[in-house]
Amino acid sequence: MTGIVKRAAMIGALAAALLGFAGSARAQAPADSPTLKAVKGRGQLVCGVDTGIPGYAYQDAGGTWQGLDVAWCRAIADAVLGAPDKVKFIGTTSKERFSVLKSGEIDVLIRDSEYSFIRNTQLGLDEPAVNFYTGQTFMVRKSLNVAHLPELNGATICVLTGTTLETNIADYNRAHNIKINTLLFERPEEAFAAADAGRCDGYTDDGGSVAAARSTMKRPGDWMFLPETIGGLEPLGAFTRQGDEAWTRLVKWVHFAMLEAEILGITRADAMDRAKDPKDPDLRRFFGLDGDFGKLLGVDNQWALRIARDIGNYGEVYEATFGGSGLGLPRGMNNLFDHGGLQALPTWH
Amino acid sequence: MSSRPSRRARAGQWLLLAAVAGCAWYLAHTAAANLRRHDMGFGFGFLLDHANFDIPFRLIAWHDGDTYLRALLLCVLNTLLVSALAIVAATAGGLLVGIMRLSRNWLVRHIALVFVELVRNTPQLVQIIFWYVAVLQTLPGPRQSFVLPLGALLNVRGLYLPVLRAGDFTGALAALAAVALAAALLLRRRLGARGLIAPALLAAACLASAAGLQRPALRGFNVAGGVQVPPELVALWAGLSLYAAAFIAEIVRAAILAVERGQREAAASLGLRPAQVLRRVVLPQALRVMVPPLTSQYLNIIKSSSLGAAVAYPELFQIFAGTVLNQSGREVETIVILMAIFLAISLLTSAGMNWYNRRVALVGH
Amino acid sequence: MSGGSVAMRLKPPRERRAGTAAWAASWLRANLFDTWTNTLLTLLVVAAAALILPPLWRWGVAHATLSGTTRAACRGGGACWTFIRVRLPLFFYGHYPAAARWRVDLSFVLLAVFAAPVLRTRTRRRGLAVLLLVTLFPALAAVLLAGGVFGLMPVETNAWGGLMLDVVIAFVTVAGSLPLGVLLALGRRSHLPVVRALAIGFIELWRGVPLLTVLFMSAVMVPLFLPQGVSLDRLVRALVALILFNAAYMAEVVRGGLQGVPPGQQEAAFSLGLGWWRMQALVVLPQALRIAVPAIVNTVVDLFKDTTLVSIVGLADLLGVVSQALKDPAWLGFPTEGYVFAAAMFFVCCFAMSAYGRRIERQLAAGR
Repeated sequence: MTGIVKRAAMIGALAAALLGFAGSARAQAPADSPTLKAVKGRGQLVCGVDTGIPGYAYQDAGGTWQGLDVAWCRAIADAVLGAPDKVKFIGTTSKERFSVLKSGEIDVLIRDSEYSFIRNTQLGLDEPAVNFYTGQTFMVRKSLNVAHLPELNGATICVLTGTTLETNIADYNRAHNIKINTLLFERPEEAFAAADAGRCDGYTDDGGSVAAARSTMKRPGDWMFLPETIGGLEPLGAFTRQGDEAWTRLVKWVHFAMLEAEILGITRADAMDRAKDPKDPDLRRFFGLDGDFGKLLGVDNQWALRIARDIGNYGEVYEATFGGSGLGLPRGMNNLFDHGGLQALPTWH
Repeated sequence: MSSRPSRRARAGQWLLLAAVAGCAWYLAHTAAANLRRHDMGFGFGFLLDHANFDIPFRLIAWHDGDTYLRALLLCVLNTLLVSALAIVAATAGGLLVGIMRLSRNWLVRHIALVFVELVRNTPQLVQIIFWYVAVLQTLPGPRQSFVLPLGALLNVRGLYLPVLRAGDFTGALAALAAVALAAALLLRRRLGARGLIAPALLAAACLASAAGLQRPALRGFNVAGGVQVPPELVALWAGLSLYAAAFIAEIVRAAILAVERGQREAAASLGLRPAQVLRRVVLPQALRVMVPPLTSQYLNIIKSSSLGAAVAYPELFQIFAGTVLNQSGREVETIVILMAIFLAISLLTSAGMNWYNRRVALVGH
Repeated sequence: MSGGSVAMRLKPPRERRAGTAAWAASWLRANLFDTWTNTLLTLLVVAAAALILPPLWRWGVAHATLSGTTRAACRGGGACWTFIRVRLPLFFYGHYPAAARWRVDLSFVLLAVFAAPVLRTRTRRRGLAVLLLVTLFPALAAVLLAGGVFGLMPVETNAWGGLMLDVVIAFVTVAGSLPLGVLLALGRRSHLPVVRALAIGFIELWRGVPLLTVLFMSAVMVPLFLPQGVSLDRLVRALVALILFNAAYMAEVVRGGLQGVPPGQQEAAFSLGLGWWRMQALVVLPQALRIAVPAIVNTVVDLFKDTTLVSIVGLADLLGVVSQALKDPAWLGFPTEGYVFAAAMFFVCCFAMSAYGRRIERQLAAGR
């Protein structure tokens, strides 16, 4: 496991550097973005999220959207429009998600979707920032007495169709000369039910989704995660349309603002107090007292303050969704870089 | 119609055509512009690309490095398989329930009625998911399989049937039996039932020559050996067949009622038993009325097989509109292919049924 | 997915005699035990029923639970209808805001008020009633459901769901596809070759492909055909697809009605000097549509059932919200209850419509 984390850490740092600097190097003129203009004109952000999976995005019993991806959507709305509830959430299926984004129906897609070369190049999409690092994880019944992935040779695994998961399994089978069978499902509801009923020996998805799946099993305690992940590091994050760099930049820096808030130790509870005439230059920049960081993104300078006050820092959001108050998934790779994780960001000056 | 269309109307139709063509051109133009804007091309070359995924249930071999085109072939075969199975079962079931609907027995008649009403008035998708989730997924796991006669196994993973292990002459004998059966069918006017003797003997010899039964057995995680009938196939098949059977039952019933009463009475007065009257007099005549509505039911079965996507049956829609679309990112092409194939299957089926319709009509007169 | 014919009703021979017991005995003899085979069949059916019905009764009624608010209440061993009861609002309204649900209720009341004169067999001004049902009512319902005017809180269409969404989709689709279907049917019978070819092409294209691919196309492909910056609500896109698809089926149904109008009617109208459009509108179509009513009702029933397919393209109709509710960690393990409930809801609606269609058909048959 440590080997993977180390390798992943390197890739992640590299990715963050590339994403951060390659994007900002081109950022000369302040925002002139068709998407940003459209969002402001509409007075509402249209955010594509999952149709419903605990952890990332789901509607609670009262019909309110919750989750890690949802928090990012709300933060963008908060930055641009000054209110975290000016978002229209569109639940998208894995099949249609990129088409819906490309057509302009949604402004940004934050739907536990993996960053990949093909999606960046062939599908014409930008990949602003990663809000969840994971790897394709396998969940099996403890009663199978399987401890490692290669032992699943001959087993059948439930998978959602229209994902990178199928390809990863095909690659893994070929590399290890084994045969893990797959059963392809259209919707998570049926896939979860089939796994629970014993139609498959296990379920696979990214680590966060598997944790969500386990929470819907009849006896979650009967299930365990295998230590190996396949398909390398799976960075999940937001997607935007190519050709609107200013918008992509804004989406990216909204995520970075939530990370910066955690680094600076700003929480929802104390954001307003700490914004009262701080001395620390980092805090002054964050709260928009020095510099014109908001203007450069095409929003006002209090954008980051609002995010910290209304949404909270990244750590708080993680805790409420995947962490102890949510699905109980350890922070792991999603720790800040100085805690051995991959969540890193460029400096602000 | 007695009136010939006026000159103005005849000129108007070209205007309509121009308008339709204009709309089509505009849409194509917009689509092309949108595709260009997203740096996406249009073309079917991707079909020859390497498809890197597994198809869980298939009739012909599938290897690493096979193309999307071969994936397409596999899916079409899966779609045709479940459609063919459902058409056979729905016809048989519909015939049975249709006859039950006309039974002189009050109970039988009303049970058939309840079945027809229940099935026809609930959504097919709900039925298919019900069979899959609420019925088939309550079966026990592989280690607690039900053992059926001949060593067949039934569990949540499906029905595992034993298969014959071929002996030295099995293949040749099976081919001979098939040829003899075809000959018997072709010459049935001259030979009658006697023609079936040779194929039956050959089939028996074929069975005798087999080296034995390969029984399914639990090995590792799954049952190995034999033929697996996956629950996805069974659920989709059951959903398609029962639904269509209810509609076919009504078609059968209406067709039987349409056969003149005099025909039945005449046949009965000749001393035929009721079953004989039904089989030899009523059904052949009813068949002629039945063929056109039956065709539309068969087409419905084929089209509804796309609902297999809801229960993980790897048919055309699920694999092509799902995995292939997502891996290749080619929305327009995959949907065009999907629609073209369904259209082709539909048109071929109706052409075949029309041919059959003409034939029964000719034989009847 | 179009329906079969609405069947004629079979009348078993029935003779009433004086005295209920004697009548019952003779009825039993005539209907259940008249021959050896029938007696055998009767016994078989009774045996099968004795095997199946009691466990079904125990599961669904005797040992079932309806009370309580958590799954802990369900320990009778039978069905857990509590699961359904606590979620009834979700199943009926989807995620429609609770404070605004009265607007949905009011819309349904309006639907009943507007539909009643159309459905009644003896209505004097049916034309006016139909016109109000397809113009005034949708306008009122749209204002009520979507809100945003007259101080009504706006409710996005992605909050619409449950059975209400099925009804909305079905109504809009019927109201849109019937007129289009009439035009297509007239086009298919036209003597103008281009019009006929276009109509046939359109009808056969839609009838040849599965509804699921059409819905999927509306979700994925339609946006590509819209100019940049224009986007359609996904519900609207699904509705457009459903309307086009069902128009093809309606066209065939109306064509059947048109074929039932005696040609003499057209000749008479023509000799009166009526133009083609007025002849169709005043003479032919009223008769054709009346003949086609039972078949139209069948198509509507099929269409209503098919609204469940929108759950596959991500809209939260009744089947969609039931499936979602099934994976709620607090209420796991009740798929049978959920799907039985969904099926029952659809059965009630569809059976009522079918029964209405059969009644009209009987009246038509009697009037002929």
